[in-house]
Amino acid sequence: MEASRIQSRASLATSPLLRRRRILSTMFQWLCLLFTLCGVLFLVALLYQVLRDGLGHLDWQFLSSFPSRKPELAGIKSGIYGSLWLISLTAVFAVPIGVAAALYLEEYAKPSRVRTLIQINIANLAGVPSIVYGILGLAIFVRALTLDRSVLAGSLTMALLVLPVIIIAAQESIRGVPGSLRQAAYALGATRWQTVRDHVLPSALPGILTGVILSLSRAIGETAPLIMVGAYSYVAFVPTGPMDDFTALPIQIYNWAARPQAEFHALAAAGIIVLLCILFLMNGVAVLIRYRSARSLK
Amino acid sequence: MTPSNHLATQVDEAAEKAPNGTPDSLRDHTTVLESRDLVVRYGTTEAVKGITLEIPEKMVTAIIGPSGCGKSTFLRTLNRMNDFVPSVSISGHVFYRGTDLYSRDVDPVEARRRIGMVFQKPNPFPKSIFRNVSWGPAINGVPKRQLPDLVEDSLRKAALWDEVKDRLHDSALGLSGGQQQRLCIARSLAMEPEILLMDEPCSALDPVSTGKIEDLMFELKKRYTMVIVTHNMQQAARVSDYTAFLEAGVLVEFDDTDQLFTNPSVRRTEEYVTGRFG
Repeated sequence: MEASRIQSRASLATSPLLRRRRILSTMFQWLCLLFTLCGVLFLVALLYQVLRDGLGHLDWQFLSSFPSRKPELAGIKSGIYGSLWLISLTAVFAVPIGVAAALYLEEYAKPSRVRTLIQINIANLAGVPSIVYGILGLAIFVRALTLDRSVLAGSLTMALLVLPVIIIAAQESIRGVPGSLRQAAYALGATRWQTVRDHVLPSALPGILTGVILSLSRAIGETAPLIMVGAYSYVAFVPTGPMDDFTALPIQIYNWAARPQAEFHALAAAGIIVLLCILFLMNGVAVLIRYRSARSLK
Repeated sequence: MTPSNHLATQVDEAAEKAPNGTPDSLRDHTTVLESRDLVVRYGTTEAVKGITLEIPEKMVTAIIGPSGCGKSTFLRTLNRMNDFVPSVSISGHVFYRGTDLYSRDVDPVEARRRIGMVFQKPNPFPKSIFRNVSWGPAINGVPKRQLPDLVEDSLRKAALWDEVKDRLHDSALGLSGGQQQRLCIARSLAMEPEILLMDEPCSALDPVSTGKIEDLMFELKKRYTMVIVTHNMQQAARVSDYTAFLEAGVLVEFDDTDQLFTNPSVRRTEEYVTGRFG
């Protein structure tokens, strides 16, 4: 029979040495899970607390009223409008400049010392604390350009803050466009601009948009630079133009949280829920764009 | 200097310098593209070390040689695609019908329109089949209403029309590798180039697709001058009229394909084509 040709049975059972390696491997796996859970745990705790305190106040009256000294009448309308104004204007300033800068650095600039220097500085700027941008905004936009404490001044400051992040995200995305695509275009007698316009930008767009949205959702939660450029915490109207005074969600939340009355603390929690909802919405859009682009490229 | 003049002197010089540089039968053909003492450096490494070569009109010229011999680099200098490599420096000349492609008054964009290129890996744009072919003409100012005919014509020339005519507006990425490569050829043809450079156009394809592309080359050489880089010697023997053998950036031998494969005059060539190295 066949079996007679097998000289000795191969032993594949776990050896003692392998067992030790296995145990270590399993331990590491559990350790990683533990640390992952740490992050999730804190997020859940935060959400729980905020929802418990704030959900009761979250109604149409809260969303559609202006701030008030009486907690039961106070609302967050001016904060929502202010934040939307702020973020829209920030996008208007930061996106074109950021994408253009990224295109220049990736597609046009030849490798040189100057380019490296610019690159390092952009990376450093992305790490500068936001309060520093606030001081800069105060000195340049509010004082020197006399834009005063307007939405415009706030947006320009925010634009400075998100610009490095947008540039870096856009650069990553542009770098991800395969070189074969550019070569194909150039070999057809295309100029650099035609190649960029019709092939590089469309291919890089989903990545750029994701980066833009993520950096804008960072900006919408920023408080420090707005305090520096002087956003008000009590605004009983909605901005109608870029030169109007404004407040923003985080400022409003901060203001309520700093008050002694417990009712205002609950309002702050409700405000946080609104802010979180907007953030999740923006991140959701980013995920959607990424998902759709991944599918359409197949 | 008139083209005919410098060609004549060129032939004489080459004949003196390297007896294998210019095959006699080449004198019967018009030269459309010619490199003279072409040197290409990447930084400090010399990839092409002074190649002088004449490309005959409406023929298929194959460039063979072991990996790293500079054949792709050489090919890319023929339509200035090497301009995009940051560290590259080029000396010597490439004449396209008497005009030095590297002289100052030559616009590389214009040169690439006349001298098309097909790459190793099929690289269709992530757009529709129609748009892949029509994009080149469109950006070069061909009126929109002429595009459908031009697309059909180009796809027919590339022997792809029958396979894609019902799905012109589907994504080109849904095509098979071989179809994609023929689409890339159609895309180049839509520019109505005079010369088609092909950088190992079949190395990413299966034998059936390769066969189709080779058939296509037979068809295309009636109208176009083709230069094909290949590391497949059978392919060079099958499709080309002339073959240049490069090694380490130097042109070792250039001759009729039959001559070069059956009766090479340089020993190194013989060793390579018989598979003793490379």
